[in-house]
This record gives sequence, C-alpha cells and structure tokens, in this order.
Amino acid sequence: MSNSIFGKRSYDMIAFVLLAALILVVLPLTLDAFRLNLVGKYLTYSFVALGLVLCWGYTGILSLGQGVFFGLGGYCMAMFLKLEASSVANTKIQSTPGIPDFMDWNQITALPTYWIPFQSLTFTLVAVILVPCFMAFVLSYAMFKRRVGGVYFAIITQALSAVMTILIIGQQGYTGGVNGITDLRTLNGWDIRPDSSKIILYFVCCALLLGCILLGRFVLTSKLGRILVAIRDKEDRVRFSGYDVANFKVFIFCLASIFAAIGGAMFTLQVGFMSPSFVGIVPSIEMVIFCAVGGRHSLVGAVAGALLINYGKTLFSESFPELWLFAMGGLFIAVVLAFPRGLAGLLTDQVMPWVTRLRIRKSGGSPSVSPSPAE
Amino acid sequence: MANETDFLLALESVTVSFDGFKAVNDLNLYIDKGELRVIIGPNGAGKTTVLDLICGRTKLSSGSIKFKNEEISTLKEQQIVRRGIGRKFQTPSIYEDLTVFENLELSFPRGREVFGALFWNRANEIVERVREIAEMIYLADHLDRSAETLSHGQKQWLEIGMLLIQDPELLMLDEPVAGMSVSERAKTAALLNTIIKNRSVVVIEHDMKFVESIAHRVTVLHQGKVLAEGDMEKIHADSRVKEVYLGH
Ligand SMILES: Nc1ncnc2c1ncn2[C@@H]1O[C@H](COP(=O)(O)OP(=O)(O)OP(=O)(O)O)[C@@H](O)[C@H]1O
Ligand SMILES: [Mg+2]
Repeated sequence: MSNSIFGKRSYDMIAFVLLAALILVVLPLTLDAFRLNLVGKYLTYSFVALGLVLCWGYTGILSLGQGVFFGLGGYCMAMFLKLEASSVANTKIQSTPGIPDFMDWNQITALPTYWIPFQSLTFTLVAVILVPCFMAFVLSYAMFKRRVGGVYFAIITQALSAVMTILIIGQQGYTGGVNGITDLRTLNGWDIRPDSSKIILYFVCCALLLGCILLGRFVLTSKLGRILVAIRDKEDRVRFSGYDVANFKVFIFCLASIFAAIGGAMFTLQVGFMSPSFVGIVPSIEMVIFCAVGGRHSLVGAVAGALLINYGKTLFSESFPELWLFAMGGLFIAVVLAFPRGLAGLLTDQVMPWVTRLRIRKSGGSPSVSPSPAE
Repeated sequence: MANETDFLLALESVTVSFDGFKAVNDLNLYIDKGELRVIIGPNGAGKTTVLDLICGRTKLSSGSIKFKNEEISTLKEQQIVRRGIGRKFQTPSIYEDLTVFENLELSFPRGREVFGALFWNRANEIVERVREIAEMIYLADHLDRSAETLSHGQKQWLEIGMLLIQDPELLMLDEPVAGMSVSERAKTAALLNTIIKNRSVVVIEHDMKFVESIAHRVTVLHQGKVLAEGDMEKIHADSRVKEVYLGH
C-alpha cells in the first residue's frame, strides 16, 4: 500500500542496510579503539533519538525529559557495576568496607536497602528496562488520561528532568552527587576497561541499536503506527473512531523511554561512568535536536543525526569549543525553518527525486549513491 | 415519565451552558429506531452542540441522554462510539496523512486496543469490507490515494464511509453536503438513502432542497430549544419557523 509516510519502504531498507554496514564494518575497520569507543558513545544517544522519532515524530508528543530515562537506565547499570567494584577486598581502606566509596565519604555506614537488589545482574538488567518504563508510565498515564498534552506535556517533562538532576545532586551519599557514579571496573568479573572489551561492547551496542530500529519499524508499520499518525493529526477524531487515545500515547511514550534507558545502560558500560550531567534539561534538549536534525520521521535518520552532530561537536570542540553551542543552535533553527523533516526528509524529498530525474535523463548513466544513511 | 421506552435515543431536559450562555436549553428530543431525522435551524441555534452532547464531546450541564435506555452522558467518547453511535463533523475530519484505504481500515471496529492494533492482521474480510464501503462512497478507485489530495466533497464522503464501516445503529451527520457541487449533492442524497436502511440517522442541514429530498421528520431548533417538529409540510406551514428561519 503506497502512502505519503510509510511508502518509500525501499529507501527505509536501503538506509537500514547502509547504517548497519557503516557501524558494523566501515567504522570498526577504519577507526582506532579510542575513536570507535567515541562512536559507541554517540550511538547510545541515538537510542534516545529513536524513541523521540516514535513519540515526537510520529505521535506528536514532544518530550524534553528523555535524559531522565537515559539517566535512569544508566544509573541502574552503574549501581550494579559500582557494587561489584566495591567488594570488601577493593575497599578495605574505607571506614566501612564493602560499600561504594562515595557513601563512605558521606559517612554512610551500611548499604541502603534499595541498593541491595542491584547486586544481582539479572535484577539489574530487568531494572534497566522497568524502572524508567514505570516512571514513564506513571507520568504519561497521569497526564494523558487528563488530556494534558502538547506544550504542557513538554514543560512537565522538562520540569521532571530538572527535578531529577537536583535530586541526584542533592542525595550525594546515595547517588554519588554531581560527580556521578565513577570508577566502574567489571561486569560479572569481566573487565570492561581494556580496549578489547570496549570493542565487544561497541558491537553489543550496535546490535541492540539495530534491534531497536527494527522493533521501531515493526511498530510504525503496524496498524498501531497508523493510529499514532492519526493521533498526531487529529487526536479528537481518533476517539470517534473508537480508540482510547491515552492508552496509545502511554504505550509509545513508555517504549521511547525503554529505548532511552537501553542507551543509558550502554553508555555506562562503554564510557565507564554515569553522572547527572546526562539527565538534565540541556542533554534532554540536545537529544531532541539530534532527532530533529536527522529527521524526526525517520528512524535511521535520527541515528544519523545523533552521529553527525556529535561528530561535529567533537571536531568543533577540539578547535573552537566556545563556538559549538552557537553552531548547534544555528543548525537546529536552520533545520526547523528550512527542512522540517530533517536531513532524512531532505534526502528523500529533494535529493532522491533529483537523482531519479537525473538517471532518467541520462538513461543508463549510473547515479551516485549518497553516502549518508537516512530514511 | 416512563423509564423504559422504545426510543433508540432520548434526550430529556438537556441543558448546556457555556459560561452562563445556554447553547442548548431544556431540550427534549426523541429518535426512533430506523428513523431519519433532519435538524434545521438558524446559525448558532445549537444544532452542532446537540450532536456534541450526544457523542460525548461536550458534557451536559443537566438533563439526561439515553441510548437504548442506558444513560450515555457520563461515558467517554470512545465508549459511546463502541455502543454504536457514529458522528460526522461539520468540517471534514479525516486523517490527511493516511490513504483512503488506511482511513477506512482504522475505522473498522476491531483491533481497538494497543496490542490488538500492534498485531493487527489485514485479513481478507477486512480488505473486502473496505472495498465494499469505498464502492458505496464513490471512492473505490482512490483507495491508495493520500486523503489530503481528495476534493472537499470526496473528503465528506470518506468521513461518511469511516462511519459506515463502524456499522453504527445511530449515525449523526453534521451538514454532509456543505461545500458540495450540485452533482455531488445528488450522489450524497442517493448515498444517504441507501445507508438509512438499517439504522437511525440524524442529519443537520441548511440546504432546504437537500432536506426535502431526504427528510422524513424535521426538527427545527432555535436558541437551543425545539421550535417545531413534524413532517416537511407542517414545518413549511409553521409561521414561527418562517419567521426565524425559512423566511429569509
Ligand atoms: N465550546 C463552546 N464554548 C462557548 N460557546 C460555544 C461553544 N460551542 C458552541 N458555542 C456557542 O453555542 C451556540 C450554538 O452553537 P452551535 O455550533 O451548536 O450552532 P449551530 O446550530 O451548529 O450553528 P451553525 O449552523 O452555524 O453550524 C453558538 O452561539 C456558539 O457560539
Ligand atoms: Mg453547526
């Protein structure tokens, strides 16, 4: 069935294969371990951007608090790793050995109860998904059932990320405060710090990301995906087609939060720490910018957006760090004003038709394949 | 007043006020099974508001709305739809970003829960039903077209089709021929005459020619109240109706 949004399926598949080739083959072959780890870090942000494609691009729910879910996923993982790094043997110089160092510094003498289950890896992996999802569920259920949406929802999510940051920083003894949870070492005995481990983690991250893209695609191409578009267009009308709109919005918001949380957990593993600076308003808005620049209607586009902007950020900050924020702000404004569908939209709406025309005119001349993966 | 009635829909002493302004004022309205009722009245008479009340879009200030003898004024919009009431809006209200096929498919009364929609299977039965409806609403050749590219009249038909596929017992149409050409009006009248066969229909319309071509019973609303009710002849003869509405 051809359609203005879900059509171009072939572009979708090509983009997916190009992205997979890029992150699984090209980058690992051309980059050194340090740079590859950096790419892995950028990819963790693209999980968040993927979630934003689902809830913002397709359903029209703008969230300015995705950093919260990224952070929750990351913190759950960090708690497990920290406990493993704080074995009695490792911490015998502390006044209370066997608890994380920051607790000891804050005169805490016993592991808080809610930290205890994080000694189990299974529990931790479940918590990485369920804790953020539960939070997203409570927030979105309360809002959407009351039909709070649009700008109000965006503001509330932004407030949430501010509150969360303040909470984490304030509860230094339990959360590591502004420094976050650092000095993470092993995962079930497997050292995550050497380059060899980082390369493995990079591929795990890629696999999870590609899995999330496919899952997102499955959702968007199902009837549920079309209902989401209908909600974005005419929320009221969808009720008169017999649907409980709030349930659909809650579902997609929770799914977006799960994606963000997986990204957060992979961040902790690859970068080796988690801190409140990934939870607050600024990172949350940055995630929205990645998604907008890449194309909020394209899963692969959003991933490309996260990669490109972070690549730009690295380039810029190495030479002109003070200019970066202006450059990113400018880019965001330019994209929103000139290409509301982002780079992916630019590619499918402008470049591809042009390439096709060129190909028809030359009739047989081989058109150049554009290298940047999108929609 | 008897509680059990034969009416499909019964509005009794329904009042709604918007900041003190009573858009509908102590209104009684009864619709029979299988009836086609036309509601007319000057602009601002409260016609659209009455439909809003029935389908749960606006909450009433007082009174009761019973559908098949059950109170529905406390239900949510989607619950009222699921009880069997479909409503077409005054301005065409369709999903512009979806195709005609997808618009109709979404309106098919199944797979309405999150997971039902996620694992939706476009069965043959559904495709056939969509085609059947598309045939009725003169859009069989446009199934793959994006709905936003349809003409105004075609959008109106599509919205009617989206209701038909829900197979409601009560169908409410707010100005279905507004903005249509003469030939489209004739086709719409023919369409209405086929779809009223096994259901009750409430139509709001200004176009008197069109009203005469379909009407059985007519209710005239004025300032949120029923001014007159009866068949076309009686309405035409009514002096008060002439004064407030037909006269100009
Ligand atoms: N949500 C609302 N808030 C305040 N006033 C409203 C609201 N909805 C309707 N009204 C007012 O109630 C009155 C009745 O409006 P309604 O739309 O029902 O009229 P109508 O008979 O459908 O008119 P038309 O023929 O122009 O469609 C109008 O004066 C309108 O301004
Ligand atoms: Mg009206």
